[in-house]
Parts: sequence; structure tokens; C-alpha cells
Amino acid sequence: MESWERFVFTFFNAEVAARYWPQVLEGLWVTIFAGVAVVITGITLGMLLAAARTLGWKALNVPILIFVDVFRALPPLAIILVLFFGLPNVGIVLPSLVVLWIALGAVLAAFSEEVFWAGITSVPPGQWMAARSTGMTFGQTLFMVVMPQAVRLAIPPLTNRTISITKNLALGSAIGVSEILGQANSALSMSSNATPLTMGAFLYVVVFAPLIMASRLLERRYSWGNH
Amino acid sequence: MDLLAAEFFNWAVIARVWPMLWSGLIQTGLLCLMLIPIGVLGGILTMMLATSRYRLVRWPTLMAIDFFRSFPPLVLIIFVYAGIPFLGVQVPAMGAVAVAFFLNASSYYGEIYRAGMKSVPKGQAEAARSTGMTAWQTFAFVTFPQAVRNVLPDLLSNTIELVKLTTLASVVSVPELLHSADLARSLTYNSSPLIVAAGIYLVVLWPLVRLISRLEHRLR
Repeated sequence: MESWERFVFTFFNAEVAARYWPQVLEGLWVTIFAGVAVVITGITLGMLLAAARTLGWKALNVPILIFVDVFRALPPLAIILVLFFGLPNVGIVLPSLVVLWIALGAVLAAFSEEVFWAGITSVPPGQWMAARSTGMTFGQTLFMVVMPQAVRLAIPPLTNRTISITKNLALGSAIGVSEILGQANSALSMSSNATPLTMGAFLYVVVFAPLIMASRLLERRYSWGNH
Repeated sequence: MDLLAAEFFNWAVIARVWPMLWSGLIQTGLLCLMLIPIGVLGGILTMMLATSRYRLVRWPTLMAIDFFRSFPPLVLIIFVYAGIPFLGVQVPAMGAVAVAFFLNASSYYGEIYRAGMKSVPKGQAEAARSTGMTAWQTFAFVTFPQAVRNVLPDLLSNTIELVKLTTLASVVSVPELLHSADLARSLTYNSSPLIVAAGIYLVVLWPLVRLISRLEHRLR
């Protein structure tokens, strides 16, 4: 076989593609479902933790800081393996998809807490004082005056983080979650052909390339005149 | 409580598998020594291409950057490691990891350098050129050092991410720290090796994470 033909046969095999496309596509839905769950829980939890930190209670701040630092420092795959293989030994058995969700949700929560907190601290103190002096409660000030401004500042770095953490969903294949890479990998071993991997890679690009381009635009938009 | 201790902090198990974990740690160190320079230098190359005067060079580079940033690094690794052999070429696991990280990390580092170069005022380059420095001298001695200084926190945090990503090599059986720990877990039916590995990552990376937080707050 010519080397070019061999390349096409290996990576762009139409016959294999047609047969395994439904299987790989199934992985896409798992990836999207898990991704939405991770993004929603991670960002919500991160925002709540940042909000809790404004109270200034030491008993609350120390555990939050430890949580944030630990989940920023640990490799996500290590967290996933510890949860997946460690917890059953103490009688807690969680499905692999749930483990993936908890692990990546916690990582995203840690990173987004940091970003929101940086946003909150960069809101001038006069904003707090002015809002409080109009008779708003602490909670109202935080969520209606300070947080909206903090979120604005947080959007560009948060988008980048969220994308790079969501890409870690592929790690689920290491514990048997049947997301895109997991499905592509099993199709690869069944078909003895690399085309399923090409399809999987293609699906990742389809999902993430628009997000990455959007983050480029966001970054440019928010960096104009606001700093 | 005893169950927790026996499952997660079992000293007898840890003492038994420590040599394995130690050799894994050495491998992880070697991986970092190989992959960080690949990313840092590949990033400079990518940035140069992405800021080229010629559209024909600049646009394809930008597209390639977005393309490789869209791939989860693990997909790249598996693509190289499991895909290429079907062409009849054997790829050593280490080689697959190096290629995948070159593509992924130099895209990320390249974007950071590019942001840094953008943050250096145009007048700097113009002034340097008007003193008679060549374009290369201007880049190497005037604009690039300032660019690096401006994005130092981002470079550092990307490097931490890279160190964390070395764990992905375990998926293609490179015997690095996490791989050894997982192997030790399956040999001993005990989770302590994984906890020890996580502890090692924490001890090494936590100070760096703190440092970045401080750098970011200071620069702001």
C-alpha cells in the first residue's frame, strides 16, 4: 500500500467511521451532559465560597483557603483516582461518572473561587460603604452591588479556566466513563483502526474550538478601556 | 476511624511500596525536566510565528494554536500513542508524550508570550531600533524580556498546570509517580500509595500555587 493510502486507511477510513460513528456520538452526549454539570456546580460553588469569604470569619476562611489551595495544587487525575479507587475501600461506592463530576466540579470551584475573590477585592471599598449607607443589608450589597462588578472582571480568566478544566472530562476514560475518548478508545480496539480516534478528536474540536474562539473575543472585549 | 487509617494511611503498606513511589517520583522529575523546556521553547517559536509580519504565516499559526488548545491533552497523547502504530511505526510512550506536549504546551505558552509582547509599548521597539540595534537584538534584549516580566504569573501558573499534566503519562504506562502509586494500589489492595502520591504533589505544588496568588495580587 502507498504510504498516503495507508494514512487515509488508518485515520480516515470511511467504512470504520460509518460503523462506529453512533458509538462515538453517544460519548459526545455524555461529555456535554457531564460538562454542563461540572460547569454549573463548579462556578456556583466557587461564587458561594468567595461570597462566604467576604464575611471575614476566620473559622470559615481557613477551611475555604485550604480547599482552594489543595484543589488547585493536585493533578485532577490524582483526585479522580483517589476518589474512584479509595472511597470503595471505606464502603462508599460511587459510579464513575459521579466521581468525575465531583472531582472536576471541586477543581473548578477552587479555581473560580480564586477568580471571584480577586474580582471582589478589586471593587473599590467606597462601593461597599455607599451601598450600605443607602440602607442596603450586607447581603444585598454583596449580591446586588459588589458581585456584579466582580463577575465582570472575572469573566475572561474564568472562561479560560472553565474551558481547560472541562477538557479534563477526557480523564474520565481512565476510570471507565463512556465519554467521547472512552467510546473512541473502545471502538479503536474493536476495529483495530485509528479512525474512531480521529472522530473523537474531531468532536472535541467541534465542542471546544468555538468556546476557545469566543474566549479570545471576550478577552479582547473586556480588555478595551476597562483597565 | 481505624478503617480510614488502615485504608488511607497504612504505614506498613507505605513502607513496602516506597521504593516504587520513589522511582516514580524520579520519573516525574525527569518528565518535567523534558516537558517544561519543550513547552517554554516551543512557545517562543509559536509566538514568533503567530506575531509574524506575514499573514500567510500568522493565520495558520493562530489556527493551529486554537486547534491544539481545543484538544484535551489526553486525547493528543492517546492519538499519537495508539493511533500512529497502526501506520506501522512504533511510538515509544515517552515519545508520544513529548510530541503531544510539544503541540499542546507550546500553544498555551505561545498565547501567553503573545499577550506579553502585546503589552510592551510600541515605542520600546522603535527606540531600540533607532539606536541601531537589529530586529533580533531588539527582540532579545528589549521587548521580549519586558514581555516575560509582564506575564510572569501566567507563565508560572501554566508551568504548574504542565507539571500536573505529567500525570497523564500514566495512562500510556510511563512509570511516573501517579502510575507507580496506582500500580502499588492494585498490588496491595490499599489506597495509601495514592494518598502518598497526592501528598507529594501537594507538597511540591502548594508553595507554587501560593506564590502565584501573591504575584497576581501584587501586580494588580
